[in-house]
Amino acid sequence: MSESLFDRLGGEAAVNAAVDIFYRKVLADDRINKFFDGVDMEKQAAKQKAFLTMAFGGPNSYTGDDMRKGHAHLVERGLNDTHFDAVVENLGATLAELGVSADLIGEVAAVAETTRNDILGR
Amino acid sequence: MPIIAFEDQEYDCGPAETVLDCLIRQGVSVNYSCRAGVCQTCMMVSTDGRPPAESQVGLKDTLKAQDHFLMCSCVPEQKMSLVRPGSDGVSYDATVSSLDRLNDDVVRLRLERPDGYEYQPGQFLNLKNDQGVARSYSLASIPSVDDFLELHVRHMPGGQVSGWVAERLSVGGNVTISAATGQCVYMPGRPEQSLLLVGTGTGLAPLLGIARDALQQGHVAPIHLYHGSGDARGLYLVDVLRAMAEAHAPFHYHPCASRGVPPEGVQPVRAADQALADFTSLAGWRVFLCGREDMVKAAQKKTFLAGASMQDIFADPFVETKLAEA
Repeated sequence: MSESLFDRLGGEAAVNAAVDIFYRKVLADDRINKFFDGVDMEKQAAKQKAFLTMAFGGPNSYTGDDMRKGHAHLVERGLNDTHFDAVVENLGATLAELGVSADLIGEVAAVAETTRNDILGR
Repeated sequence: MPIIAFEDQEYDCGPAETVLDCLIRQGVSVNYSCRAGVCQTCMMVSTDGRPPAESQVGLKDTLKAQDHFLMCSCVPEQKMSLVRPGSDGVSYDATVSSLDRLNDDVVRLRLERPDGYEYQPGQFLNLKNDQGVARSYSLASIPSVDDFLELHVRHMPGGQVSGWVAERLSVGGNVTISAATGQCVYMPGRPEQSLLLVGTGTGLAPLLGIARDALQQGHVAPIHLYHGSGDARGLYLVDVLRAMAEAHAPFHYHPCASRGVPPEGVQPVRAADQALADFTSLAGWRVFLCGREDMVKAAQKKTFLAGASMQDIFADPFVETKLAEA
């Protein structure tokens, strides 16, 4: 059996290396940072880590329903495909900065893509 | 089978069952989200010893040292007693050992340290007045040196607790305090890491405790303390902090006052702005932010964007209601 995506990326250490870079990019991105105004940054950083772990193919127990409930208040505030695309773009840029190959970035983006409809409440 | 004790009930935990699964199975209302040891929503505190190492993976060092753990990655081997984070548990009686004014608004209250009272500098406690009304105050003292607990109390107009402290409490009087809680504390182990401490008003109290603790524990890298006030008259302990900077090479003190013409040696800008102007990259720094909620929240974001890791930013916002009613 071939090594999992999570292991090929470097496992938990890769998540730890990525989380600050990714969260900084999101906060600096005017297309999406309004959704993070006023949130508890420490709790949000832990959630970013949970998201990265999931997108990296790592251990998680999130269901589609969890994703819907967790983002429903943001969908009400106008969260749409362009915002989802911006997050995936920041995710790709984070991994590129860490020297991850384009192939692996594509695999991560594909995992993130599986959550699109649940996150956008469709 | 291990027993889980939580909020006056005991629960049987099955073999290989996590604490979270055990409590959910038995209908206990607790917070959780990812169930994979990452999101930290299901964090609890063990009150009877160190939780299993695997249940503390990814937590800040301060939380690990205070026996916090994640229920979803904790399979207990023996009985565990849990409380929710921030529970302050038992209370203590303490005697006032001194009371003095540090400026027009701030009173320094020192209490004899009750037997068995443990805390880390920078943590806070709840102080109750004679009517049982409680407010939170941070600790400026350090247990390795001081035999007293030091609190800085801002006297708020009409304040139920601060008014009582400033106007009616006297030396020899008794007060009731809670155990100390909070994660805005210095952890030893990285003495070569630069420290940035930014506080407004009585946010100086925890920062003073943290700075003294770091020096006491042999911190060698620079420790920069920025204390801000709207008006220069709101600054306090200026001479003490200047003397501390003279006596300890790593310690640097930067008083700031954003309104009016400040006296010699005081910067005419907000403390957080001055700190971020002096140090444009905070990569590798450890940052402590205490005081007004709006300042702390804004500075948390700015210091993170300036390169400090989220794991290295410790924020203690004094929430507005707390200030308004204090």
